[in-house]
Amino acid sequence: MKMSGADIVLECLKKVGIDTVFGYPGGVVLPLYDRFPAHPEVRHILVRHEQGGGHAADGYARASGRLGCALATSGPGATNLVTAITTAMMDSVPTLFVTGNVSRNLLGKDGFQEADITGITTPIVKHNYLVMRAQDLAYTFAEAAFIAQSGRPGPVHIDIPKDVFQEEAEFEWPTEVKVRGYAANPRIDPDMIARAADIIDAAERPLIIAGHGVILSNASDELRAFAEKTGTPVLNTLLGLGSIRGDHALAYGMLGMHGSYEANHAASNADVIIGIGNRMDDRALGRFADFNPTAKIVHIDIDAAEHGKNITTHAPVLGDAKRVLQVLTPAVKQNTHVEWVRWIDDLRAEHAYSMQIPSGPEISVQYVVNRISQINDEDLVIVTGVGQHQMWAAQHMKFTHPHQLITSGGLGTMGFEVPAAMGAQVACPDATVWSICGDGGFQMTFQELATMVDEHLPVKMAIMNNGYLGMVRQWQELFYKDNYVSVAMSQPDFMKIAEAYGILGIRVTEKEAVDDAIRAANSHNGPVLLDFQVEAEGNVWPMVPAGASLRETVEAPREQQGVNR
Amino acid sequence: MKHTVVALVEDRPGVLNRVASLFRRRGFNIDSLAVGTTEEVGISRMTIVVDGAEGIADQVEKQLDKLIDVIRVEDMTNAEAVVRELALIKVRCATTQRHEVRDLIEIFRAHIVDVSPDHLMVEIAAEQDRMDAFLVNLRPYGILELVRTGRVAMLRGTGTTAVHEDEPEAIERFHMESGRLPEGKLPYVSD
Ligand SMILES: Cc1ncc(C[n+]2csc(CCOP(=O)(O)OP(=O)(O)O)c2C)c(N)n1
Ligand SMILES: [Mg+2]
Repeated sequence: MKMSGADIVLECLKKVGIDTVFGYPGGVVLPLYDRFPAHPEVRHILVRHEQGGGHAADGYARASGRLGCALATSGPGATNLVTAITTAMMDSVPTLFVTGNVSRNLLGKDGFQEADITGITTPIVKHNYLVMRAQDLAYTFAEAAFIAQSGRPGPVHIDIPKDVFQEEAEFEWPTEVKVRGYAANPRIDPDMIARAADIIDAAERPLIIAGHGVILSNASDELRAFAEKTGTPVLNTLLGLGSIRGDHALAYGMLGMHGSYEANHAASNADVIIGIGNRMDDRALGRFADFNPTAKIVHIDIDAAEHGKNITTHAPVLGDAKRVLQVLTPAVKQNTHVEWVRWIDDLRAEHAYSMQIPSGPEISVQYVVNRISQINDEDLVIVTGVGQHQMWAAQHMKFTHPHQLITSGGLGTMGFEVPAAMGAQVACPDATVWSICGDGGFQMTFQELATMVDEHLPVKMAIMNNGYLGMVRQWQELFYKDNYVSVAMSQPDFMKIAEAYGILGIRVTEKEAVDDAIRAANSHNGPVLLDFQVEAEGNVWPMVPAGASLRETVEAPREQQGVNR
Repeated sequence: MKHTVVALVEDRPGVLNRVASLFRRRGFNIDSLAVGTTEEVGISRMTIVVDGAEGIADQVEKQLDKLIDVIRVEDMTNAEAVVRELALIKVRCATTQRHEVRDLIEIFRAHIVDVSPDHLMVEIAAEQDRMDAFLVNLRPYGILELVRTGRVAMLRGTGTTAVHEDEPEAIERFHMESGRLPEGKLPYVSD
């Protein structure tokens, strides 16, 4: 059937299973907006800033595992997506970004609101397209959706000139996409499995580092089965939290810059390290050259370029984590490592103080996030910003299932917390979504409160109000001799912001009031803004200073252990 | 160390930019880059000479292969391959010097392609060593202008680096070997 490019785009969105678009209109996408009412199956959510729309699409995808979609107009609309696209790229989130551009005859002429947006996004997307004919739209969307969701997922960007929306073409949905330059589903190499199995069977002190890839490939059950069969303790990267229940007997939480003492020392003392769906990132591994130089490294990843990128890999295994583990688990011997596990347990017991929740009278972030976690059911969805509160949330909340923690790990994007939580709530309308916000990060993107009101999204936003860009302040305190420069912030009255947007605001100044506030927010059917006035100068411990090795994990100075400062 | 990497790429707008962008972003040093069409419509071939340690070549290959528009990547550095580069050289040469210069040209298997009373234009297709030696020998006469194409390479024997769409079996085998299973039945939903 012949139809306009605009109608084709909307038909394509339905075909690839996109039911929600986070968008913002403008001149060149008007032909598309004109047709939204004719396609009620696609819900358009008008955000208040394209960056918010991009993060919302990202949060939607992380919470549900489905393809998230954001839409923007040309020029400034498109460039406003850049931070969100990069965030999704760094964390391998399946997302589709659609932008309009100026008409074909004006491309390259620096006309009004023209930006070379495909040129701009090339280094920050998995793939991108500039579609020059309406007849190419259907195949392009099919291929884009396939690429975004298969292999190592990631953002795909489609740029469409205005007159392509207006051009008529036959709508033919392809039955198949073939991308000859793309290995979506690498064949699992039996030799790689055999080599990995040999190393794992010979291990005395094995350790798993489970990353986001386990969640992206739905491999939680396979991870647990593999860990249990081999008796291997499991550490998580920040984005891997939730890939195994935090209370599993073999789960030892997060490693890295703010990982636990026992996790970092386990990683430094293991004789075999099995990375599964992780990037061997510097925040997780510390100084590469000193990352457990004697351990044999097995690395399961679907992206061959991750093998050996940062550290030497002895047994790379290429493939989807789920499929690899399905083959690898039967190939390894049943095993236990009682002494090794006990060694880590002892370390955990001896160093429990280093991650204690402060007991003093002031409200600490650790206390608040822990209470949020305790009071809510296990199916709570947690979104965070970036900074101290993010690390404390990772340390002190319970993670029981994949897709539970939504946080910007790779790019570390402040301002992610509010719009990503909004997207997560859209994806999971019945879930309780709590956003742990920095007072800094919140102020970057809180314009989306208006969107939440319009769309009746009952997100609970808990601002950890320390009056500081806390993480930066911590670095200035520790590494720049207390020289605080541009980290203290005067704050608006957050209750008045809540009032201005017509949502419930709760200010919490006493520790005793924390539980009641959390319960009040939970029982309110609408967005809630909570202003937790937390201690100003708490520090996140333990800490591996940037550029140091995991062995150099520093614990809190004695006088700071378990007390408010 | 210099590595010669061959990439077969989709002949599409923007593909050169993707490759260049990748090299810039990852800090890979390109010595030369030669791009041209192949026997297969729709596929271009890039021959890239990269300077760097062993680990770099591995990353160059894998990162290139990760680009959707890159179909196949082959490291030709240690392969049994014919490697050539073409140069055009405008060299000062008075009529009285013609004889000796022509001797040089013959020794190095180059050709004269243009002549004027006081200069010659010479064409040479050679591997690195012969090319370098030739230039060293020409230099004393005065090189007025020099242009080089960058290296190209092709495997000796029956082996190829090609991808042929009109040989379904070959392409199927290639897909299987490299894990490029032509799947992706629509609508694609990740399990
Ligand atoms: C967009 C952006 N700008 C700057 C930074 C650098 N940065 C990292 S943490 C941080 C402070 C965050 O402050 P806040 O949101 O109040 O959280 P806190 O650390 O106080 O919990 C800054 C500025 C960043 N990560 N993202
Ligand atoms: Mg703060």
